[in-house]
Amino acid sequence: MTSVGRLPWPGLWLMLALLMVGAVYLLAGLGPRADVVLPLRATRLAGMVVLGVAIAVATVLFQTVSRNRILTPQIMGVDALYILLQTGLVLVLGPVGFATLPVAGKFTLELVVMVLAALALFGTLLGRGSQDVARMILTGVILGILLRSLANLIARLMDPNAFAVVQAESVVSLTRLDAGLLPFAAGVTGLAAGLAVWLAPRLDVAALGRETAVALGLRHDGLVMLALALVAVLVAVATALVGPLTFLGLIVVALARPLAGSARHLPLLITASVLAVLMLVAGQLVFERVQRLQSALPAVLEGAGGVAFLWLLLKGRIR
Amino acid sequence: MIVLRARPLVLMVLALIPLALASLLIGVADLSGAQGGLILSISRWPRTLAVMLTGAALAVAGVVMQELVRNRFVEPGTTGTGEAAALGLLLATLAFPEAGIGTRMIAASLGGLAGTAVFLSLIRHLPPQEVLLIPLTGLIWSGVLGAVVLHIGWQTDLIQLVGIWLMTGEFSGVIAGRYELLWIAGLAAGLALFAADRLAILGLGDGVARGLGLNPEAVMRLGLVIVAVVTAMVMATVGMIPFLGLVVPNIVSRVMGDNLRASLPVTALAGAGLLLICDIIGRLLIFPYELPVSTVLGVLGAGVFLWLLWRRPGHD
Repeated sequence: MTSVGRLPWPGLWLMLALLMVGAVYLLAGLGPRADVVLPLRATRLAGMVVLGVAIAVATVLFQTVSRNRILTPQIMGVDALYILLQTGLVLVLGPVGFATLPVAGKFTLELVVMVLAALALFGTLLGRGSQDVARMILTGVILGILLRSLANLIARLMDPNAFAVVQAESVVSLTRLDAGLLPFAAGVTGLAAGLAVWLAPRLDVAALGRETAVALGLRHDGLVMLALALVAVLVAVATALVGPLTFLGLIVVALARPLAGSARHLPLLITASVLAVLMLVAGQLVFERVQRLQSALPAVLEGAGGVAFLWLLLKGRIR
Repeated sequence: MIVLRARPLVLMVLALIPLALASLLIGVADLSGAQGGLILSISRWPRTLAVMLTGAALAVAGVVMQELVRNRFVEPGTTGTGEAAALGLLLATLAFPEAGIGTRMIAASLGGLAGTAVFLSLIRHLPPQEVLLIPLTGLIWSGVLGAVVLHIGWQTDLIQLVGIWLMTGEFSGVIAGRYELLWIAGLAAGLALFAADRLAILGLGDGVARGLGLNPEAVMRLGLVIVAVVTAMVMATVGMIPFLGLVVPNIVSRVMGDNLRASLPVTALAGAGLLLICDIIGRLLIFPYELPVSTVLGVLGAGVFLWLLWRRPGHD
């Protein structure tokens, strides 16, 4: 309990920082048309909150399930699976049918299919490959390329409109945030994050390793499947909101582990979520207002995250 | 022995002829009309030739890369060479917008050279028993370089150009006068055919190479130049063609073993053949429109890569 008792301090400072940065993002330089600008900024801010929480929670869960601290679901191609599903849906419904489908219904359908496909694909991969970590990761990376290429191929087999729809999905843009999707995405993310918090004590046990966890009375395999399902949902939300962000989760969780001051999941989940949102909002503030570079933040995050991943690989931190 | 060595080669040539003929005959325009000869000489023949040159050169470059790194799971497209060549090309376009094709060619080659050299020095730090960390490092390294290229592309409004290089390698734009750079790629690959023995010995390790009287650094430099030049020429002319340099050498070496002097010519022809097949598929699937050959190869190549990864024992 002492470790949880220590949580408020670093967590609290991060939250305070986030509140300040958020306020600056909302209110700085509003100008005369505050009635127009403020809702726009609020939507974008809310989007970044949902995105940050989704990515942080998904990465923490995935790292626990795969027992590996340098992975993110996106490195292993989970987001590519979502893009392929999306393309398949356009193929079945046609671009017009796809666009006219009600958002909630469409997204629910996507989430259900996504969870089933992710469990089938990544459940087996994590189970089979756990002895040879390098091969498992490489398989995930290539699987991601395969799924993305398939999506690309299907999109090109359809008409140019369909291709444009798919193309837009596979480019990251924080400014693209789909406002219509946002309430639904926020609800789903809140639910999934809540479930993760509820599961936190069990995840602590699962992190001890399968044998130990089972000996301690945990239904380990069921928990792993449930966590993977949550990962699939959260990655689908993040990808639908802004597109594939491969390495943000890696940086956030790697930084959050020492900050959380404990190996437990509850403080880690909270710290990582707050940190992710903070990085997104602060980064967007710098690039959007100070540097006036609209598209820069994802590129910088991806570049920096890739370098961090390389560094970890070379340091032999793969296990 | 001579018969045995020659047989796969002859088979490959025999397989290539109908493929090339098919490539010459497929297209929207009617060859029997008055313009037939012109279409053939300006469009169909250059395209067929460009595909074959690219396929052969990339397959050979893949072998060279695999010998340099001593790892079967790498190729210039997954070690940062392609992205680095694109970066060189992009920087040259920005710095000297007026520059001719020669300058860009050199910039792309230098970029590819630098990117590959960085990759080679990166993997020296990897634990030697972890064979699969090498391709993983290469993939992430090319991802980082790709992110840099995309970022610069966005900021300088050259994203269209970058998209063509990095995402869609295809031959639909090839006509006479627009593909001749590929001859340089072909020449560089030809150089590898002459150095096949030395490359094979280099693949056995520096110690063995030195013991056999070879200067490993010199062969390494030669290999680097071959890989960089081939990748740069292909990148500048048709864009990124993924996985060809990985799939073809692996399959040929399964059938023929690793005697490079015998297998390298077959690898080259097989590369030409596979790329022709993929190009023809791309041209037929949604006829009269076209799919980029890189899209077809992306699916096919990634599938074969996964198969190779799980068929082979983990450490070879």
